[in-house]
Amino acid sequence: MNRVFRRTYSYWFLMPAAVIYFVIFLLPTVMSFFFSFTRWTLADWEFIGLDNFVMFFQEQSLRIGFQNTLIYAVVTCGLKVILGLLLGVLLTSRLRTRNYLRSVIFFPTLISTIAVGIAFSMMMHPTQGIINTALGWAGLPGLDWLGDTRVALLSIALVDVWKGVGFATVIYISGILSIPPDYYEALQIDGGGAWHKFWNIIVPLSRPATNSVIILSFIGGLRSFDLVWAMTQGGPGFTTDVIASIIYKQYQGGFYGLATAGNVILFVIVTVLAFPLYRYLNKREVDL
Amino acid sequence: MSKRGIRYMAGLISLLMMTGMLAACGNGGSGDTGGASGTNLTLLTDNSQDAVNVADALKAAYEKKNPGVTVEVETRPGGSEGDNLVKTRLATGDMTDVFFYNSGSLMTVLSPEANMEDLTGEAFQANISDDFKSTVSMNGKVYGAPVGATMSGGWFYNKKIYKDLGLSVPKTWDELMANNEKIKAAGITPVIGTMKDSWTAQVILLADQYNVAQAAPNFAKDFTAHQATFAGTPAALRSFEKLQQVFDKGYWNKDFLAATYDNGIKMLAEGKGAQYPMLSFALPVIQQNFPDQVDNIGFFAQPGDSADKNGLTVWMPGAAYVYKNGSNVEAAKKFVAFIASKEGAAAIATVSTPTGPYPVKDAQMPDNIPSAVKDMLPYFDQNKTSLALEFVSPIKGPGLPQIAVEVGAGIKKAPEGAASYDQDVEKQAKQMGLEGW
Repeated sequence: MNRVFRRTYSYWFLMPAAVIYFVIFLLPTVMSFFFSFTRWTLADWEFIGLDNFVMFFQEQSLRIGFQNTLIYAVVTCGLKVILGLLLGVLLTSRLRTRNYLRSVIFFPTLISTIAVGIAFSMMMHPTQGIINTALGWAGLPGLDWLGDTRVALLSIALVDVWKGVGFATVIYISGILSIPPDYYEALQIDGGGAWHKFWNIIVPLSRPATNSVIILSFIGGLRSFDLVWAMTQGGPGFTTDVIASIIYKQYQGGFYGLATAGNVILFVIVTVLAFPLYRYLNKREVDL
Repeated sequence: MSKRGIRYMAGLISLLMMTGMLAACGNGGSGDTGGASGTNLTLLTDNSQDAVNVADALKAAYEKKNPGVTVEVETRPGGSEGDNLVKTRLATGDMTDVFFYNSGSLMTVLSPEANMEDLTGEAFQANISDDFKSTVSMNGKVYGAPVGATMSGGWFYNKKIYKDLGLSVPKTWDELMANNEKIKAAGITPVIGTMKDSWTAQVILLADQYNVAQAAPNFAKDFTAHQATFAGTPAALRSFEKLQQVFDKGYWNKDFLAATYDNGIKMLAEGKGAQYPMLSFALPVIQQNFPDQVDNIGFFAQPGDSADKNGLTVWMPGAAYVYKNGSNVEAAKKFVAFIASKEGAAAIATVSTPTGPYPVKDAQMPDNIPSAVKDMLPYFDQNKTSLALEFVSPIKGPGLPQIAVEVGAGIKKAPEGAASYDQDVEKQAKQMGLEGW
């Protein structure tokens, strides 16, 4: 017993990591719960109870913000799953340009989100943008992609999908490649076609990959901020505001307590939505 | 025994490494550059080209006049990012000796008493306009000195288009709308909208303050005390209605939601749009980018409902403040006195086109001022000016740019927009702990 204990590394070795984790993660998290009940500046604070939460829920753009965040998360998540799966199937097939295409699809993931946002907002310009110009050549009427209040949020979501689908595809590729070849042989013996291969083997057996993609992109969608900010800053008006951009604007206005309360609310929302989703998906995985 | 000792050593070392890391983070900020001889002053300004030019010109003029003194110019981002930076540097005790920052409501948020040197008793104050002093004062003490010229909010217009269509400068809102109709009929964009930069959407609301103050003289005071609202005061609601009307009549350019401030200036200078509601800080930009067009651009105050009550809404320039806990307070005060003098204004005029008269009483206007500035001078001479709301009330809601876009783009009607702004300012007032909120 003593020998075992002596041979084990000392717990002191945990210290550097533990201190960093405590100081820059746990401590601020706990403190933010406290500061969400105060009105604070960098110099001092005043305890005001639930006022911040009341005011945050009265924030006029918040209802739109909630709605937008959910729409955004569901749309980006759904499209990433569908497109990721299809691209994953395509890029694991015997395609001559497979490796080249894999790079092309993955490439947008590597670019800075802000750069993507600025580039696309220029391309989506209603009169000078390349998208509407191209549509014009094809004889189609263009849209005011980011100015029209009905489509602005979806435009951003599409750009998010363009940027993020490469990552989903990579997860799917590894998921599909890990399916044992026995299943395909069995399918050949039973005489199934390509559709059966896709629907009865690839889709169910790449469920772990699907789950990862859903969880990652759903949480990513709920927290989305940088792309929205780079493209519209929540505008026109408040039409593309998401929860994170509303919080950011409160910080900008100098309402630190209010913004902290917003972050606590976002934390709770992400947990309440993502945790059961995770549990549910994992359970299905086990049932399989 | 020794094993135990080693274990403690390991723990100690890891702790030391941690503190070393943290200390390294703390030192990452500004390096101290103590000059070997003479005085070394530091100055913080925002990083827009015009602001940097002004700071450099002041530095050069002051160093020339005072051998042995060096001024080191640091820059910071503009906008709300810059606000946060200034607040952080003040809170962490890491501010430059002199810093340039807004006057008016934004200044009062910086806790002047704790952070800024009281300049009330300085000799140069006698030479500064009272209007300006009121915008850098808190509880009866003056904390700042003006950097540069006043600005005005109103409508820039393309003189050539006005001349070609036989239009005259409008004295009432109805005349302005009649002009717009004729311009639209001629196939030219009557009013340039650049709401991709949402702050530009506020100008019609903000530049209406002279008219609001004429119709409801106590509005600013009552508004601050929570006794008047935008939605409940017809004169103030009228500003929102004006903005809505421009949209309802279809006077904006087609891409007004995607156009930026830079696009707007280009459209105005090139005659693609006839009028641009804007603050006069656009003038140096026009001067720089379209020097041959600058005399083709005129300016008029946003008209009200009656021709004999036609006046201009004025913004005071940003101010120079002395950091109270700096190491060179006395030398910094002398530099600030220079900035706010006739010579300081002259130094600024060499690099920056004045956007209006200087709040320094004996300062001279340069000879070659643009015609838009000449259009502003009569309002000042006849005393028909009024300070913008942000200088007479500390409350400015942070959501105004977005709300202005909503009203200007027809997402909300004027009364709804005014009501949501009334709600927006509540946060600001509560954060500042104002009475009555």
